Amino acid sequence: MSAVHTRRKPPRVGDQPLFRRLLIATVLILGALLILAPLIVIGFEAFSEGWRAYASTIAHPDTRHAIFLTVVTALVAVPVNTIFGVAAAWAITKFDFPGRRFLLVVIEIPFSISPIVAGVAYLFVYGLQGFFGPLLEAYEIKVLFALPGIVLASMFVTAPFVARELIPLMQAQGRDLEEAATSLGASGWRTFFSVTLPNIKWALLYGVVLCNARVMGEFGAVSVVSGNIRGQTNTLPLHIELLYHDYQAAGAFASASILAVIAVFTIIAKVALERQGAGRIRRPALAAGAAASTE
Amino acid sequence: MKIRLDHVVKTFHTFRAVRDVSLDIESGELVALLGPSGSGKTTILRMVAGLEYADGGHIYFGDQDATDIPVRDRGVGFVFQHYALFPHMTVAENIAFGMKVSKVKREKAAIAARVEELLRLVRLEGLGDRFPAQISGGQRQRVALARALAVDPKVLLLDEPFGALDANVRRELRRWLREIHDELGITTLFVTHDQEEALDLADRVVILNEGTIVQQGTPEEVCRSPGSAFVTRFLGDANRLEAEVRGGKAHVGSVSLAADGIPDGAAEVYARPSDLEWSAAGPGIAASITRVLDRPGGRRVMAITTGGEHLEFDVEPELAVHAGQQGFVTLRRAQVFAR
Repeated sequence: MSAVHTRRKPPRVGDQPLFRRLLIATVLILGALLILAPLIVIGFEAFSEGWRAYASTIAHPDTRHAIFLTVVTALVAVPVNTIFGVAAAWAITKFDFPGRRFLLVVIEIPFSISPIVAGVAYLFVYGLQGFFGPLLEAYEIKVLFALPGIVLASMFVTAPFVARELIPLMQAQGRDLEEAATSLGASGWRTFFSVTLPNIKWALLYGVVLCNARVMGEFGAVSVVSGNIRGQTNTLPLHIELLYHDYQAAGAFASASILAVIAVFTIIAKVALERQGAGRIRRPALAAGAAASTE
Repeated sequence: MKIRLDHVVKTFHTFRAVRDVSLDIESGELVALLGPSGSGKTTILRMVAGLEYADGGHIYFGDQDATDIPVRDRGVGFVFQHYALFPHMTVAENIAFGMKVSKVKREKAAIAARVEELLRLVRLEGLGDRFPAQISGGQRQRVALARALAVDPKVLLLDEPFGALDANVRRELRRWLREIHDELGITTLFVTHDQEEALDLADRVVILNEGTIVQQGTPEEVCRSPGSAFVTRFLGDANRLEAEVRGGKAHVGSVSLAADGIPDGAAEVYARPSDLEWSAAGPGIAASITRVLDRPGGRRVMAITTGGEHLEFDVEPELAVHAGQQGFVTLRRAQVFAR
């Protein structure tokens, strides 16, 4: 009898105190070693030569240009990918057409391909010896080793972010709402803006935030197509690598701290959006429902 | 508005959902499309709405060929099975949506007045500020109806209107929908797989199976003279017995029934549980009771004939019956179909 009283609930797998403590300790130690420690090092190293050195690194024209280039890339790539993502998700989830599954696979490709492969592929398509090379040269359009190449490579890598966030949600929502809106006389645009968009806005913002973080941090694909020309075609991640190779550790860490700050803001935005119901498949308003029934 | 379907065909990939359906719906009529799942009833409704295009045939609204008119301009009110209310809009905004997006511009005050009028019609006064998530299923159903009616549709189309509700709310809403229909006189077509719902509500029932109309008529016509074994089985519980027709008479064991116009040979007899009678002594079909089920309304008996056919029938609750008892079954009323 006493055994029944002391044990209030039946034991679950891994519920013994020793096992539990061991698991928690492992997670904490690994988390500290793998994630927290490097971040702290960035902070320390960035300021290792004092505030002044930090400020002068950031103020250096090459660094400022790298920041500028990164922001410009994001300003072009993120909106384009957002429109692409919404259009692709809308097409895939609300319509039936031949090649629908194929499009779904195509959208996923950048996720499964190493970014460096994407960079090399762009080299072959737009490079001098490449497919469009002679044509581009004839019209004196510079794609590679210039801003267009950087933007294109970034867009390739981040193409799936928005679409991937929207497709499962829009699939779960089905087509009923859109059909209802059109049966009531709404046009396609009207249906999109007053019915579809309000129901996907949080997931859409979530995808945009993730997409932006990835555009700003992209290294592999951009390093192949940019040519690493200091002060001209260097984005922030490339600039950090260059500084590091020049034995300017403090400068590298100072620049890295900027990306780290962007990352922190991204996480805050992400958590805030998740509270609004983004990143989960459900209808925010209807899921809360039934409890309030009055009939 | 009179609706006419003329040899309508619809195929999904290789599946022929609707095969050559022709149907007339008179102005102001309330018609039920009744059939098992996969019978094509929802597809027909969606084609009338314009949510699905017909592969062949024509759909007429009055004298106008509406086959190629897009759903947006067709002027139908469609009530979806799961209501499809806009979750981010209040009840009033949901109802006003159709008037706001309409090509016919309306004053804000006129829209508000119409919303109030519709809320009164569906008996939801004072709930205009609630969100769909904050009202019950039955109330959502009524909002969906008000929203569909707001655009003054020529036709009202309802897809399994009460499918997602519990039995009591369902019965109440059924009566209420009939009242609204009688009040507005709008041509209404609804889809259901529930025979009771179709028979209770509709002026005329259209029974579908495998994409074709198998029978149509008033509830009385389809109940009293079902045209086929399928219709008989689908409309409600029925006992099936093998029979032999000779010279206009169907013989089931020692019992014989009128079978006018049925050719000689093997046939099947269908009888409702309430049309069978049990007696301890003959004549009749010899059977033995296997189970007795007691229900509030009476006593259901399950039996097996000496031929091995299963029967279900109702007896008076006072009648003493028990499993294992031997006796005889007679048929008060039955339908005979050639096999």
